Formats: sequence, C-alpha cells, structure tokens
Amino acid sequence: MSLSKEQIAQRIARELKHGYYVNLGIGIPTLVANYIPSGVDVVLQSENGLLGMGPFPTAEQVDPDLINAGKQTITTIKGSVFFDSAVSFGMIRAGKVDLTVLGAMEVSDQGDIANWKIPGKMVKGMGGAMDLVASARNIIVAMMHTNPKGESKLLSRCDLPLTGVRCVKKVVTDLAVLDITPEGFLLRERAPGVTVEEIQSKTAGKLVIPSDVPVISF
Amino acid sequence: MNKVVAGPDAAIHDITDGATLLLGGFGLCGIPENCISSLVKKGVKDLICISNNAGVDDFGIGLLLQRKQVRKMISSYVGENAEFERQMLSGELLVDLIPQGTLATRCLAAGYGMPAIFTPAGVGTEVAVGKEVRNFNGKDYLLEYAFDADFAIVKAWKGDTMGNLIFHATARNFNPLMAMAGKITIAEVEELVPAGSLDPDAIHTPGIYVHRIFEGKNYEKRIEQRTIQNA
Repeated sequence: MSLSKEQIAQRIARELKHGYYVNLGIGIPTLVANYIPSGVDVVLQSENGLLGMGPFPTAEQVDPDLINAGKQTITTIKGSVFFDSAVSFGMIRAGKVDLTVLGAMEVSDQGDIANWKIPGKMVKGMGGAMDLVASARNIIVAMMHTNPKGESKLLSRCDLPLTGVRCVKKVVTDLAVLDITPEGFLLRERAPGVTVEEIQSKTAGKLVIPSDVPVISF
Repeated sequence: MNKVVAGPDAAIHDITDGATLLLGGFGLCGIPENCISSLVKKGVKDLICISNNAGVDDFGIGLLLQRKQVRKMISSYVGENAEFERQMLSGELLVDLIPQGTLATRCLAAGYGMPAIFTPAGVGTEVAVGKEVRNFNGKDYLLEYAFDADFAIVKAWKGDTMGNLIFHATARNFNPLMAMAGKITIAEVEELVPAGSLDPDAIHTPGIYVHRIFEGKNYEKRIEQRTIQNA
C-alpha cells in the first residue's frame, strides 16, 4: 500500500524538532501542521508576513486581513508576530527558518528541484519558492513518486526548468523516504507493502539501496 | 505638514499613460481598492504594474487588466486570473516573473537608497539568465536592481495627516516596502486621524515616504480562499 497524502504529511511531521521554525508550502506540506507530535513546540512561518500561524478560523473569527501564503484565511497562535515581506524573506535568506517543506514536480539525485514551470503551459510564477530553496538550511520535498503518466519524478537530471540547485535534503513520497547524498538517492524507508524492487523500478535517478530498508510504521 | 488629499481621484490625478506603478498587497489582501477603482475610471493605459499578484478577474488589478490598461506586469505569482492568462498567451501583456523575496528586496533597496542587492534566489535557474553572478564566501548570488517606479500606491489600516502609516495583520505584506520605494507615494487608509494621534513607537512607515494620503471608502476586502475550521 502506498502512502496517502495524509500519511506522507504524517511521516514528514516526525522530522520536526522542538523549537523549530518551519515554513510549509502549499498542498501536502500544509497537511504536516495536522501531525505535529505532542510535546514538540514548533512555530510556523508564512512568507506573506507571519510567524505563529494557527489553525483555520471559525466563521466568526474570519479576518480578510489575516491569510497565509496560500491565501487561505487563518488564525494566529499566542506569541505570533506580523512583519513585511522584506523581513519575511530576510529571515528566510539569513537561514533562520529551520525547515522548509515543499512540493515538487521533479527532484534530481543531486538535490536540484523543479516545481514552478511547465514549458508550453500557463506559467503562474515561482512565488517565494526560489527564495526558500536558495536559502533554507533543511529542505524536505513532499510529492508523489511518479507523475500521473506513471513516469518517475526522481531523476538523474531535472527536465523541467529549475527552481533551485543542490538544495533538497530529503524526499518523502507515497512509496519511500529518501535522503539526498553525494552518491544519489539513499533509500531510507519504504511504505508498507511496497517492495524495494518497485521503488527501484520507479526511480529514474541513482538509487542507493542499503541492506536493510525498514517499513514506515504508523 | 498636511499630506491629505480629497480622495482617490485627486490622489492619482497625475498618473498618466505609461507610468510605472508599485501596487501593494498580497493576493487580494491589503490592496489599494479605492485607487485601483480610480485608475480604472481615469482609463490610463500602458501601465507597468509591479505587484506580487495580478488580482482576480473582477477584482484588484484584474479590473485594470479587463480594460486592457496594463502593458506589463512584474509579479511573483499570477495564477488566479483567466483574462490575465488570455492576454499573456496572446502577447498583449508582457509578464516578468521574479521571486517573491527578490520583489520585496528590490523595493527595500529603493527605499533605502541602494541601487542593487545580491540574492541567492534564482541562481542556476532561468531567472539568472543575463544577470551578473558574484560569489561571496563560497556561495553564488545574483545582482538585482532596485525598482525605479514613478508611483507607489499602498493601503494601510491607519494613517495620520502627516502620512505616518500603521498596517494590520498580513495586510502589511508589500505595502510598507512599496511605500518607501515610490518617487511619489499615495496611501489610502481605512482610518485617517490627526497628526499626534498615533503612538510614534507603533508607526510602521514614517510619513516622510508618503506624499498623499486619504481615507478610503467602502472596502470590500474580498477573500480569495475562505477556509473555515470544521465545526
């Protein structure tokens, strides 16, 4: 059984450490907030200008002046702070944000990432993604292992226009957890019921397979 | 010193065809609604608009796009607008997509009197094409220039008659940066108060950066993604 999007988020949440400042991208990364382990105190950064993002509001709490980077209405937690976009990207550029989780269309075994543009299709823009991947100290990518056509999204070289080079540290897909190492994708864990052979067959980039690949437990 | 003008029409009276405008806001949050309406009414054309986003079809900068008043958009993300897409694909509208932090910091540089910045955002990507790359302490950075814009149009929560501004929540976003970056800065505020009414320690934008201020009317504050907790 491959992992659901919620399970990918749940697995990534285990990477959060007490005291982390974390930026979560749109899509699966947003779901990580639902699985923060108890006792782990993290502060969520939203790059439109907020540290201390809280859950979605109730209908009564909705404030049009209070949104996240996905333009969704949100709330704040105790101790939150607002700032302008230069301060927001200043703290990102200065490496103050401990962990960035974002989605991707392609990742290379060198840690390159492509997630903003498909030539020939409508290009919406990179938003803050290029700033985040250029500066974040630790970047985890959350994505499906293959695209809707069944082609691998883990490549030796990204075909799509890059968002950033040699920046991704870890990839969590519906099939596996992989670290980016100088030797390529290091297979760390596999989804329940997914074989190493299946992961190998769906990974186009260089895959390093240790003798023991534990199953992710939930 | 009194920076107060009668309203949005007076505030934008000297914006003419071909002007370069910095427009505050993130998505539809913190956009200068009153001034955008006046620009639509005035019908100025060939505008170059620097704004993080381009509004939606029937609100924000989308209203200017509908009337084909924009020649070029400089933005980081432009997803939510069908007319924008049509004009972009047909070549009627020029679009320069740049990283969000680069956009913010190019405003900051202008407001700080600095001609350029170095940023790692976009190194090794097509954003870097044709740009000077400099290595500092083993890491590559792109040279990006400060914006040179004729007008900045921003929206604040409160302002006083001397042009001092306070923003609310995430409606702050690009507004204080663009306020600093315009040759002429126009601020529309939800509440205009006499000078001396605001706590000097709480002011986000010093009035020296603001040339014209007025109290806006009938803010719609449309929400793009109304997301509610499950009860």
